Amino acid sequence: MHEPTAQPMQTTSDEILIGRVAGGDRLAMQVLFARHHVRVFRFVLRFVRNEATAEDLISDVFLDVWRNAGKFEGRSAVSTWLLAIARFKALSALRRKPEEELDEETAEAIEDTSDDPGITLEKKDKSTVLRKCLAGLSAEHREIVDLVYYHEKSVEEVAQIVGIPEATVKTRMFYARKKLGELLKGHGVERGWP
Amino acid sequence: MNATGKEAPDGSDIEQLLPWHAAGTLSRRDAQRVEEALARDSELARRYELVREELGETIRLNETLGAPSSRAMEKLFARIDAEPTRKAAMSPDLRTRITEFFAGLSPRTLAWSATAAVVAILFQAGFIANVIVKERPAAGYQTASAPVTTTGEGAYALIRFKPETNVADITKFLELNKLAIVGGPSGGGLYRVRIAAAATPKADLDQLVKKLQEDKIVSFIATTE
Repeated sequence: MHEPTAQPMQTTSDEILIGRVAGGDRLAMQVLFARHHVRVFRFVLRFVRNEATAEDLISDVFLDVWRNAGKFEGRSAVSTWLLAIARFKALSALRRKPEEELDEETAEAIEDTSDDPGITLEKKDKSTVLRKCLAGLSAEHREIVDLVYYHEKSVEEVAQIVGIPEATVKTRMFYARKKLGELLKGHGVERGWP
Repeated sequence: MNATGKEAPDGSDIEQLLPWHAAGTLSRRDAQRVEEALARDSELARRYELVREELGETIRLNETLGAPSSRAMEKLFARIDAEPTRKAAMSPDLRTRITEFFAGLSPRTLAWSATAAVVAILFQAGFIANVIVKERPAAGYQTASAPVTTTGEGAYALIRFKPETNVADITKFLELNKLAIVGGPSGGGLYRVRIAAAATPKADLDQLVKKLQEDKIVSFIATTE
């Protein structure tokens, strides 16, 4: 008697979804959106620091995907392609922002890194301080830390997304971590490095 | 030896790789190098723990950023609906179908398919060689510079088949039109075929070549000496 063999559960790959989107498949677009929109949202939110703007941007990003899916050559992962589009959109949005708004945010960022009355309490919670310092990194350093740690991108993929050589990716990450160590020291957390 | 002992200002090569090692995105070879360095260098191992802390808190920080509202999806699909209807693009669809077909095959099926394809190609090559050899003169040899031997009287043509044509189609075409391959293929994939057993008036030959040209497997045909 023929016994049915157990088939491993198979998820449609992003590349196949992109192929279907290129053919005008709306459902494939929904699946792709559901799979990636939260991460793309968080990635752009760290640039623009405004949820409404970030939501508009992910709509722009995925509309680009809908329009250009046929041009996707599969030379990188779909998630890498999405983040590269998202980065371009976020930087363009920042360039369009009024000067005053940017100044306000710069001031906020400076406040982030300074000491405050709650610092004694925070010293007791290294994790909280570490997150505060991560949030206080410059946009350039924050971006690379997020790409490596949160978006799980390899050296090569980060290079593709940011548009810099692989060697620069490694040194930029190193200096981002070094800066993080300095910020932590400023908040009373001594890690013995750098 | 301490791997961190004589590091450059921007860190040793191994130390620079620690964040990717913690995230699990290094190649197997680099991961192996890092593992070996961590095993022999306690200071590097201590720094690796710092990296792991950073990794964990970066994930937590990003998770606190929340998620977009349903407005983002509604807006996107409203914009997609407003886009002009897309013409059915053949190439992406075909590409998708091919990708999906191969993605759906198990490695074992793929291996058998590849073996079957190799056998089919060898069989096809053997068959063509057999057809050519059978039609050549049985005795003697010919130097590369010598003119192509023709088999006595008759009329000949140079013919090129369309690339997608298979052996069965060629055989059927030759039999149906009473043709025989007597030479080739040349560099351009041209075969020399005998199209008439005896000398034939040019007008008749032109008519015959025109008819052969109309066959779906023929890419090019022209009379020759």
